[in-house]
Amino acid sequence: MVMILLKRLVAAVILLAAVCVVGFVITGIGDGNPARNILGPEATNAQVAAENHRLGVDRPMVEQFGDWISGVASGDLGNSYIGDQPVADKIAANVPVTMSMVALSMMVIAGLSLVLAVASVYGRKSVDRVVQSLAVIGHVLPAYLLALLLLLVFAVKLEAFPVFGYVPLGESPTEWLRSLVLPVLSLTLGSVAGASLQARGSLMDVLEADYVRTLRSRGISGRSLLFRHALRNAAPPWLTSLSLGFVAMLGGAFMVEKVFALPGLGALAVDATAAGDRPVIMGMVLLTGGLVILVNLLVDLAQMWLIPKARTA
Amino acid sequence: MSIEISAQALDAPTRTSTFRLILRNPLSRVGVVLLVLVLCALVAAIIMDWVAPDAPWHADLYHLNEAPGTNGHFLGTDSGGRDVLARLVVATKATMFSGVIALTVAMLLGLPGGLVAGYYGGRVDMVLDWLSSLVMSLPSIVVLLAIVSSLGTSMWISMTALGCMMAPAVFRLLRAQVHAVRNDLYIDAAKVAGLSDTRIIARHVFRVVRGPLVLMVSVMAGVAITVQTGLDFLGLGDATTITWGGMLGEGFAAMSANDILFVWPGLAMAVTVAAFFLIASGARDALQHADGGSSTPARSTATHLKPVPASAQAAAPPGEDEILTVRNLTVGYPSGEDVTEVVRGASLTLRSGHTLGLVGESGSGKTQTAFALLDLLPRQAMLMEGEVWLDGTEILRLAPRERTKRVREAIAYVPQEPMSNLDPTFTIGFQLVEPLRARGIGRAEARERAATLLARMGIRDPERVMRSYPHQISGGMAQRVLIAGAVSTEPRILIADEPTTALDVTVQSEILDLLRGVQEEFGMSIILVSHDLGVIADLCDDVAVMRNGQVVETASAEDFFARPRHEYSRMLLDAVPDENHVRPEYVEAPSPRRSAKTGEIHR
Repeated sequence: MVMILLKRLVAAVILLAAVCVVGFVITGIGDGNPARNILGPEATNAQVAAENHRLGVDRPMVEQFGDWISGVASGDLGNSYIGDQPVADKIAANVPVTMSMVALSMMVIAGLSLVLAVASVYGRKSVDRVVQSLAVIGHVLPAYLLALLLLLVFAVKLEAFPVFGYVPLGESPTEWLRSLVLPVLSLTLGSVAGASLQARGSLMDVLEADYVRTLRSRGISGRSLLFRHALRNAAPPWLTSLSLGFVAMLGGAFMVEKVFALPGLGALAVDATAAGDRPVIMGMVLLTGGLVILVNLLVDLAQMWLIPKARTA
Repeated sequence: MSIEISAQALDAPTRTSTFRLILRNPLSRVGVVLLVLVLCALVAAIIMDWVAPDAPWHADLYHLNEAPGTNGHFLGTDSGGRDVLARLVVATKATMFSGVIALTVAMLLGLPGGLVAGYYGGRVDMVLDWLSSLVMSLPSIVVLLAIVSSLGTSMWISMTALGCMMAPAVFRLLRAQVHAVRNDLYIDAAKVAGLSDTRIIARHVFRVVRGPLVLMVSVMAGVAITVQTGLDFLGLGDATTITWGGMLGEGFAAMSANDILFVWPGLAMAVTVAAFFLIASGARDALQHADGGSSTPARSTATHLKPVPASAQAAAPPGEDEILTVRNLTVGYPSGEDVTEVVRGASLTLRSGHTLGLVGESGSGKTQTAFALLDLLPRQAMLMEGEVWLDGTEILRLAPRERTKRVREAIAYVPQEPMSNLDPTFTIGFQLVEPLRARGIGRAEARERAATLLARMGIRDPERVMRSYPHQISGGMAQRVLIAGAVSTEPRILIADEPTTALDVTVQSEILDLLRGVQEEFGMSIILVSHDLGVIADLCDDVAVMRNGQVVETASAEDFFARPRHEYSRMLLDAVPDENHVRPEYVEAPSPRRSAKTGEIHR
């Protein structure tokens, strides 16, 4: 089992390195003239050349990458082109907002999709209809549109929630939660149906499995069959769909942040993109790529914990 | 390439009905109406480009943020005094175009990649799969931002990039389907028939893949449009092109002055995406229907067990030594409007302390009868008629909860396929202890009893087996575990459904010996379901023969083997390859001549 984990870890590190190379190539295929952006049209060509030299972007791509990656290895993500601030500081300042939002949303989706799946397997058809309507909403209304509608109805018209702004958790937990209700709702409403349909399908399959019938013949109660045996066996595909949902959610989160004026990674990324601020963009690539790989590793771990056979495969 | 492909896919015999099926689906009909609406807007946009190219840019600074319907502005004006409807219509073009770019790129990369990887496998497959997981581990928004930051806001570039990001989904879908189809026998048959690889792929793979592919294309069209709109909404789009996303951003910025301005582009986008989604859902259902698949079975409204008609009550209780008596049992499954009866008026008797063999070929209703007696029928099944007397009580007329309780106390089940009948996620020990705990036995005592039973079943190291997971033990061992589990609750009746068919021949006789021993030791009565007359002859006192859901003969084993009354019983017995019947015929039959000298066989 340790060997499998080690293998996965090595594969993950290789993948992350590849992600960084791809990111570096993508951000480097432009004209490579950030100094013009920084200094503005008034600056002379000589000034621009000097600034480009100071930033090190006039060197070959491979050399730049080597510099950047060795910096990363020692925990230095470089400095932003704008304001010369360390990228790590900039990201660290904005990470809590986005992570609070995304983590809360994932928790809501995980919990709600399980409840809906169980209710739909054992309950009435009305649950199915609710889930199917949610699925349509999820496809038709992307998170940012949902966010705009929620903002209009609940924040502007009804004034039930703050229109914008973010309160750190350390400052006031209740206000923190209040400032995140609408963003989290925008991110979850559409995604919950997909995870729920996945869980329902796999639960139905498991409940028809031979061993469930045999356990039933031994007099195991329906509740134990569902919560102890069926849910556990049905979990892997559901976990996978959650991890895919997490990747997809990051994009939605950036846009939802704009709607609710939350000072998160989205704002940072958009500003950096508009300014061609390569070090910040690369920091974002590293962070999000790493997060995705981490989540996938966590899913692998969870599956090994749930399904003993996965420990040997 | 993609045009050729779709032509091939539609070449299936179901072609004519598919379109009609799509249109018959009410959801997809709504989708078609919406799509026509969007296409009208597209045509209007092209005409406007030509007739009045300035209309969407004309700013009336005296009429900012007008409400819909005023001054000839059907949807009002925006914060720049420009006509919202004109801009909305013109933006259709850019949005649809962006979807087309992304989809084309995704298909151009994903389809050939998936085909090659799925069909040829090997190293190509490995490389392509790794590439696709690389792309999938990049959040697409970050990649898009990175590209925009270095190459600017051109829609061509960002949508091409999005197409690359979506290609892995197409690749994975196609690869999996091609792989599955390639492994199917009919492809091999086609290969033998001399068809070229490309024709094999075209014929078979696309018939399988078209349903999911249609759905995926429509969903991806929706994704492309929402992502493009989102990028423009973030302000990272091409500022010189009017798009719904750009309008959404303007509407958001002007929300304090004109709070419904953002609704119009939002609505336009939602309608477009909904059109694709609804048509896709309809198309999927239609294709599944045409392919004869039913991957989404409708939830049955039939009750689990219908109350037995009261008129059947007249029958008298069975005799003292009959521990289980079945009379006139009928089990059905709903199929469309009708009910398909899988057991039709079956009657049989299990004598106390004896073994009854239930024989018949597969599909004769043996297992369904056994499940009915075990109260294990799937939930769509319907008990339509009959009586089951257990220990002198008719149980079908009891309340479901009471019936289940009595059955669980009295009857235990040994299944056919040992490996699939153990929960792979729990240890053997847990699965043996759990039913005992459910009956109120303490943990230590339950473990003790489980270990003793495993030892009794001939398992040498019970403690080790109890710590094992099902995938760590052999099939024969698993069957011993299942028998131990069945007898652990001290049932009076054991119903064993083909308990040896899935096992090696050497293990089979050991398991049969075990059943015989268990019966003597615990004084149980057994119903042995089997198609193997050798097993029946070995173990059974009585025999019931089933065919097409009916019991055609019941007799003592002695009578059955010596003087079978029913024609079908005689057929079954004749089919047994034993010394007296088959061997002589085989020897007499004209067989290959063997060369006396070389031992070679000539035909």
